[in-house]
Amino acid sequence: MSSVVDHEVAEPAPILSGPSDTREFPDWFRDQQRAAWQQFEALPSPTRKDQAWRFANVGLLDLAPYKIRGVLSEDDRKNVLKYSRGLNHHAGRMIFANDQLIERDVVSADLKKRGVIFQPLERAIVEHADLFRKYFMSTEATLGSAKFAALHQALVSSGTFLFVPRRVEIELPIEIFHWLRHDNMSVFPHLLLVADELAKVTVIEHFRSCDQRAAGFACGVNDLIAGPGAKVTYVCAQNWADNVIALQINSTTVDHDASAMSLNLHLGGKYSRFESLSRLIGEGGRSDLLAVAVAKNQQEFDARTLQDHISPRTASDLLYKNALDDRARTIFGGLIRVEPHAHFADAYQKVRNLLLSDDAEANSMPGLEILADNVRCTHGATSGQIEEDQLFYLRSRGIPTKVAQRLLVTGFLDEVIQRLDHPAIGEHLHGLIGQKFVKLTSSSSR
Amino acid sequence: MKTDTTAIDIDRGKGDFFYPEAHVRDAGVGLSERTIHYIADVKDDPDWVREFRLRGLKTFLEKPLPTHWASKELEAIDFDKIRYYLAPGTEPKRSWEEVPDDIKRTFERLGIPEQERKFLAGVEAQFDSEAVYSNIKKAVGEQGVIFVGSREGLKNYPEIFRKWFGKVIPVADNKFSALNSAVFSGGSFIYVPPGVKVKHPLQAYFRINAESFGQFERTLIIADEGSEVTYMEGCTAPKFNTPTLHSAVVELVALKGAKIQYITVQNWASNVFNLVTKRGLAQENAEVKWIDCNIGSRLTMKYPSVIMKGRKARGEVLSIALANDGQHQDTGAKMIHAADETTSNIISKSISIGKGRATYRGLVHVPKHLKHCKNNTECDALLINATSRTDTYPAITVRGTGNAVQHEASVSQVSAEQIFYMQQRGLTEAQAMSLSVNGFVNDLVRQFPMEYSVELKRLIELEMEGSVG
Repeated sequence: MSSVVDHEVAEPAPILSGPSDTREFPDWFRDQQRAAWQQFEALPSPTRKDQAWRFANVGLLDLAPYKIRGVLSEDDRKNVLKYSRGLNHHAGRMIFANDQLIERDVVSADLKKRGVIFQPLERAIVEHADLFRKYFMSTEATLGSAKFAALHQALVSSGTFLFVPRRVEIELPIEIFHWLRHDNMSVFPHLLLVADELAKVTVIEHFRSCDQRAAGFACGVNDLIAGPGAKVTYVCAQNWADNVIALQINSTTVDHDASAMSLNLHLGGKYSRFESLSRLIGEGGRSDLLAVAVAKNQQEFDARTLQDHISPRTASDLLYKNALDDRARTIFGGLIRVEPHAHFADAYQKVRNLLLSDDAEANSMPGLEILADNVRCTHGATSGQIEEDQLFYLRSRGIPTKVAQRLLVTGFLDEVIQRLDHPAIGEHLHGLIGQKFVKLTSSSSR
Repeated sequence: MKTDTTAIDIDRGKGDFFYPEAHVRDAGVGLSERTIHYIADVKDDPDWVREFRLRGLKTFLEKPLPTHWASKELEAIDFDKIRYYLAPGTEPKRSWEEVPDDIKRTFERLGIPEQERKFLAGVEAQFDSEAVYSNIKKAVGEQGVIFVGSREGLKNYPEIFRKWFGKVIPVADNKFSALNSAVFSGGSFIYVPPGVKVKHPLQAYFRINAESFGQFERTLIIADEGSEVTYMEGCTAPKFNTPTLHSAVVELVALKGAKIQYITVQNWASNVFNLVTKRGLAQENAEVKWIDCNIGSRLTMKYPSVIMKGRKARGEVLSIALANDGQHQDTGAKMIHAADETTSNIISKSISIGKGRATYRGLVHVPKHLKHCKNNTECDALLINATSRTDTYPAITVRGTGNAVQHEASVSQVSAEQIFYMQQRGLTEAQAMSLSVNGFVNDLVRQFPMEYSVELKRLIELEMEGSVG
């Protein structure tokens, strides 16, 4: 455990004032930040007419109210630490609040000796500059959020760098917490995970707010790189406060014979958009994309995905499930793209919406672009509601309607979590979903 | 007062332009208000139609090309080089010898009658089908069915025509429907009285008028309460045509309990941009069914739609697209549910051969507070060669708990085992391939009228030739 040095944190400033020079970053990093800021300013704001933002409530993306560089008191730090409860066992842990590192539980001496690097971004850019630079923001954000990826790069001030060397397997999950503190504060969570040949690692990121009524803005970037034969599992448990606007830009690169699995659980936020790009660049690569969203009140979840089959004999499988109540909206815009010569691709995509109220709205845009032959590509999208028969069956067994509904929704979502095949994480995610349902039933019984 | 008027008249006269060619029945090249006035003059349009055309022109010029989602190929259209109106008798004359050999061969293989061949090849401006179809025409006429050209429709039956014209597809619906609104000529107007069930399919070339095959035809079909009608447009033979832009608008209105079936087989020459807007309105208990086959053209963009406005209305689109080298079939369907208990079904099958590209684009919209709406969408794509391409882009919006929507799409290729099995039984690889492709579309083709399904089968065989090996 290392105590974290207090930086000369400046006063909070509006996001739109741009990157500051108060933090001590290397010149190359600063230059990149300034260039990224120019790019952010030059790129147009998204409109609903852009295919990548179709159906989205782009009006919510006004950044003017939000601030950067939030100051934390000693009490804030203590509370964040106290409430950063996730899994019972982890191989390493980092906790951030307002983009400042609060706590770091380093990986075991053995893992460290074998070359595992688990560092905050500000240290990695100094101590492992070459390795870090090679992968940092190396995948373009192609699913609509190029402007916000530039914003992220311009304003990112901390984050996690995890490097797992060849043949090293980390059994327990690595845990990362990102907290938002204060009203209208913004954070730019960053994760760069590089798993070298035949390495194996699981990471879970928790996104939370200290104050459930506070507004905020989160704009995160994740780059996962699975080297040849590596196995990477990534789980995101997004539980921001209901007034937060969140954008998450994920990219996964899967080399030959590697496999990557990601599960995104989305519960919080007023508008939460998550882009998942999965690039299959080597033969025998496999990518599983999983997501669960529980939307209530006027929440809007906006998922955009691309399963990009670049090499032959690659496989991808996507399963996204949404449960929608009240006036919530979900958007799914997904594409399977099989590049020329990527023959023998096997791709699957399935999105299922469960509508629990008459005002909920589910938009699905499952897409295929196939430029090679000898492929097997299928997608399906369904929208429906709880079947009366199932509800009747449970009620006839003496289970009250509300409970029966909850059971059926939980069962509907459980198929996704089961696919993760990680009981400890599965249990944690079910716990979060359960908490949301408690809120859900109490709010709908008004 | 009188002197004032004279003075103004003199001033006006100075600014007027007179074009001697205005007397020739040709609107010239390019599009301007002058073209619109010219067309309206020649066709002797009533004032409201002239205004409608001008509105269309304004909208067309204002709207950008939809290249933010559609193919960039649209930019290849040079709107200033297109002739927007050719009066009858002024079409370029062509002799049978000038018709390309491959087109002639295709006619022969499809077994198109001699008389039709010349018409389809553009050798004869008029096709005399009177002898063949006069019986049907007579029978239909006795039932009170109106089946005329769109110009005759708006002149002779303004009270029915005007009520629905431009109502299902407004002028400003999209850039190409606006273009059609500005320069439309030709097309059919059909009215089926209440309770009348038209036994025989009405076919566009029942009518002698060659205008029905125009570039900018406009068709309006109204089926009154409880009536039924089937309409066929085009035929399976390739149409050899010099114009490079075809932009039609087809509006269908099915009143309470009526049924309309609209069948298209599109087989334009491979230099034609085919940008068509087709939409049907289905009232209570009514049914609109589009059967749409796209085989020809360079780029086709066509998404037949149904607005289900009354309870228990039903919409259906069955679509087959075949994209060969140099072709992009961008087709699909739109289903707008606007009443309770409405159901819709979309089945789309596409085949990409060689460097061909087939795209499915779909929209299913179920707004809130509707109960028991159902949609089923199935899109299957078959890829024949390594260079073939297929895309699927559906958009589905569902609100509320009372509705069920499902969409499924798959992409596959003819399995090597199937081909091997058939070759082992003595078929050549090409024969085996064409049999497989015909099998792929068979369940859809079976729903077509007999003569269409036979011709379509032959056409697929023709397209498959040379695609293997």
